[in-house]
Amino acid sequence: MDDLLSEFLTETNESLDVVDVELVKFEQEPNNATILDNIFRLVHTIKGTCGFLGLPRLEALAHAAETLMGKFRDGSPVTQEAVSLILNSIDRIKEILAELEAAGGAEPDGSDDDLISQLEHLSLSAESGPVQDEAEGEEDADDNAEGELVYQVLERPLRPGEVSLDDLEKAFQETEMEIELPDTRDGDDDLEDLPEEAQPGESLAGAEPVRADGNKPAAEKKKENKSGKSGSVSNQTIRVSVETLEHLMTMVSELVLTRNQLLEIVRRHEDSEFKVPLQRLSNVTAELQEGVMKTRMQPIGNAWQKLPRIVRDLSQELEKPIELEMIGADTELDRQVLELIKDPLTHMVRNSADHGLEMPADRRTAGKSDKGTITLAAYHEGGHIIIEVRDDGRGLDVEKIKAKALSNGLASEAELEKMTDQQVHRFIFHAGFSTAAQVTSVSGRGVGMDVVRNNIELIGGSVDLRSAPGKGTSFIIKIPLTLAIVSTLIVEASGDRFAIPQLSVVELVRVQTNSEHKIERIKDTPVLRLRNKLLPLVHLSHLLGVAEEPVDEDAIEQDNGFIVVMQVGSQTFGVVVDGVFHTEEIVVKPMSTMLRNLTMFSGNTILGDGSVIMIIDPNGVASAMASHASSAVAEENAAEQADLLQEAIDGQATISMLLFRAGSPEPKAVPLSLVTRLEEFEVSKIERSNGRDLVQYRGALMPLVYVDASHTHRGEGTQPMLVFSDSGRSMGLVVDEIVDIVEDRMNIEVGSERAGILGSAIIKDRATEIIDLGFYLPQAFDDWFMRKEMESSALTKKVLLVDDSAFFRNMLTPVLKAAGYDVTACGSAQAAFEQLENGDTFNAIVSDIEMPEINGFELCEALRRDQRFRQMPILALSAVVTPASIERGRQAGFDDYVAKFDRPGLIAALKDVFSGELGIAA
Amino acid sequence: MTTQDVLSTAADDTVQYVTVVIGGQLFGLPISQVHDVFMPETVTRVPLAAREVAGVLNLRGRIVTAIDMRKRLHLEPREMGQMMAVGIEHKGESYGLVIDSVGEVLTLSADTREANPSNLDKRWAEIAGGVHRLEGKLMVILDVERLLGSMIEPMAA
Repeated sequence: MDDLLSEFLTETNESLDVVDVELVKFEQEPNNATILDNIFRLVHTIKGTCGFLGLPRLEALAHAAETLMGKFRDGSPVTQEAVSLILNSIDRIKEILAELEAAGGAEPDGSDDDLISQLEHLSLSAESGPVQDEAEGEEDADDNAEGELVYQVLERPLRPGEVSLDDLEKAFQETEMEIELPDTRDGDDDLEDLPEEAQPGESLAGAEPVRADGNKPAAEKKKENKSGKSGSVSNQTIRVSVETLEHLMTMVSELVLTRNQLLEIVRRHEDSEFKVPLQRLSNVTAELQEGVMKTRMQPIGNAWQKLPRIVRDLSQELEKPIELEMIGADTELDRQVLELIKDPLTHMVRNSADHGLEMPADRRTAGKSDKGTITLAAYHEGGHIIIEVRDDGRGLDVEKIKAKALSNGLASEAELEKMTDQQVHRFIFHAGFSTAAQVTSVSGRGVGMDVVRNNIELIGGSVDLRSAPGKGTSFIIKIPLTLAIVSTLIVEASGDRFAIPQLSVVELVRVQTNSEHKIERIKDTPVLRLRNKLLPLVHLSHLLGVAEEPVDEDAIEQDNGFIVVMQVGSQTFGVVVDGVFHTEEIVVKPMSTMLRNLTMFSGNTILGDGSVIMIIDPNGVASAMASHASSAVAEENAAEQADLLQEAIDGQATISMLLFRAGSPEPKAVPLSLVTRLEEFEVSKIERSNGRDLVQYRGALMPLVYVDASHTHRGEGTQPMLVFSDSGRSMGLVVDEIVDIVEDRMNIEVGSERAGILGSAIIKDRATEIIDLGFYLPQAFDDWFMRKEMESSALTKKVLLVDDSAFFRNMLTPVLKAAGYDVTACGSAQAAFEQLENGDTFNAIVSDIEMPEINGFELCEALRRDQRFRQMPILALSAVVTPASIERGRQAGFDDYVAKFDRPGLIAALKDVFSGELGIAA
Repeated sequence: MTTQDVLSTAADDTVQYVTVVIGGQLFGLPISQVHDVFMPETVTRVPLAAREVAGVLNLRGRIVTAIDMRKRLHLEPREMGQMMAVGIEHKGESYGLVIDSVGEVLTLSADTREANPSNLDKRWAEIAGGVHRLEGKLMVILDVERLLGSMIEPMAA
């Protein structure tokens, strides 16, 4: 694209943004001539430049808009309608410009007659309308008296020797034809002001009547003065491509690093002659760095520029009067950060206008003024920028958020109960969360605040909110001044140094065994008591996998070190490090692509001593912290369960047993995992119907069963019972007394012929009867097992259970039976093969993994090699559930992999494989 | 660079190689790809990185990712002692291949070059771009593109 054209595009877009803002201001202050002057000048410039570049469509539109504004300048009343129309025209100009840019300089086809005719219509009616008295007395109605459409209007009559703007314009237009663009490039860097526009015309077309020196209209001079006063620095600025600045920044960063290295060297040599010049170099470098940084800094107002227009449009659309207040617009921050914060800010303002502010009527009822206020405030605070978006609306509705959080499954009722309002408020940052009752065109689609939060966190910032019902809501965004330089804390872990960004460091705690801050453990999980709260801890070297195992454990054992308390989002945790050195301002350098997959680091840099250091990414640590904790738990569980399994094999397993007495004084026991709930009912609540006892339980009738036929419920008071539930049906087993819950091994020593009793075991040194639930369940519902069979298309699925441990066979057989399967149990893979060879057909196999001789993997692999069993569902059942073992199981050919103690999981998995099968069959 | 270009154009079918020794084996890197040869001093470990990544180091203000070639080639780790590294550029980033020692620059013509022997260790074959028959020894050509590419691609995915 033509250089001149691209220059024009950049400049015009900027001008148009300014026009937007100014127009909104103007609408509120129609008598402010300075604002009008500004707008007029900008539009005029656009028009002039368009004509100059040969863009007739833009020119015509700008011209029409300008004419209407000219009327305002003449004192025509400023109506909302007119301002809207001009704003629309400006939008159209923007559209055309965008297309122009995309098309590489060709003006798009199309007509703007609709807008132009409206603009002209308004201009004409304005002309014929009453001319108001101007605030500035020197202005007169001279031009109106001419009785024709005037394009430009001076604020006073022409003085001798002056040329009217129209003439100037005409001269300019005429010369345009002779101008060859390339010639004008060098001389025409700045098309900002009309006189300058005229210059190329003069220089190229010397014969034109306009001469710069004497004829320069005083009005223009005056305007220049005015614009000078109002802070326009257009004449003292040059455009530099962002790339150049970036490069400059990189080079300065290098310089800073080199200087740091030199300083380090000189520090080691006391009386070096380099000392003085180096000191000077150091100062110059610092200044240079600051200067270059400054070139990247822009006032935050630039990001706010579009907001007044947006708020104005919203205000009309929503029919709420809204005032936008902007404080601290000149607060400067890095251009890069500015770009990234623009969209989130816009979104938040829209949200405030739409959700935050009430309708005028509601505001009146609440005793507030009709006009809602949205305040944007920016200020510096300790190396960060704080941006506040505040409204004086209704505040967040805690109850509504709670309801939404509940329905979205983000929290349980009990959790919500315990939360503070502040915590509840934070739910709005979750994905898909919108409390707006209805989706408006403005907001309420629930794609908002989580995106806002993500964008802000991406640049190392944080967002929080405060809300008071009826008073309003305020969002507080905290972002770093720049992304290029980060203040970090240099720490040591396992002999390596790492940099932690200070932004996320809340405090440092020194731990010593004998001090008040000491690391305590809950089942090997280190925690710290910090001001009456428990802080989860993680050792940095563990997190990074660099711990030299035994030594490091000792180090933690000794509990000497530092805890870096970090806050990332709403997560607070402590990172244990071996040492803390100092803070250093570092220039973040991106990591090599080879290392970019490491989420734990955000970059690296060169320190003053010349060594490279990795920069910790707090977000990476936070997410690792979460998964680290859960994987630790999983590992623990797996280890525990492996132990359990081993013990079970040896008949040494301890499991939770519920001890109770029923019918006889001997204690009875049932594995606690099978019991759904312990309940007590008023005896009076027990009803008798159709020859059996029932209670109303959770809105349904629950049949009661007794351990033996002679047993009955109590005569009065309350009756304890064990509730067993499955698929929405419940059964109450009436007991005399619940004795205890014990952890003991269940080793059935004496089998039983008696129905309902599996056998006897020694529990807590007493012979205890282990009851067989499989016997009682059908008593409650005759069809308890049948029902399942009906569900699965009246086919009893035959399941082969392979487990070498008698305990698990005993435990799982009733469970599977209860779920409606015909279970055959066998104690080894060998026995399983025999069963299968004997011609028994099974619908599925559930196999243990850890078995002597042939383990589950081998069993499965062997079965899969056999044509007959290739399609048979085979489930793995194991105490060790790790991703690796699941993967191994998948490779061996298992359809699913279920944890041994996960009873519902097993039932669900079986159901899954069968429903899949049935689906195919049907 | 200019002298090099002159040389390579002067002798048509020849390529200049910087020879390096890794675990007793002679390797050759096309000289056009070698930016410098340096002694890595303080190498910062990168936890959690791939096994072959020896760490990152500062080479005249640039951060260079050092790759332990012995590990890459599945050789025994080197005994303590001074390391040598060859600096190369790949897609605008700097890498250092940590090797045992640097030899000389050889100008070799294409007729002594052969494709990888079919029985070459797969892990070697994927980064070797052929073999040159030299007097008394063989020189394996290191294909830098493939060497680094294979380490970056799977991670990016």
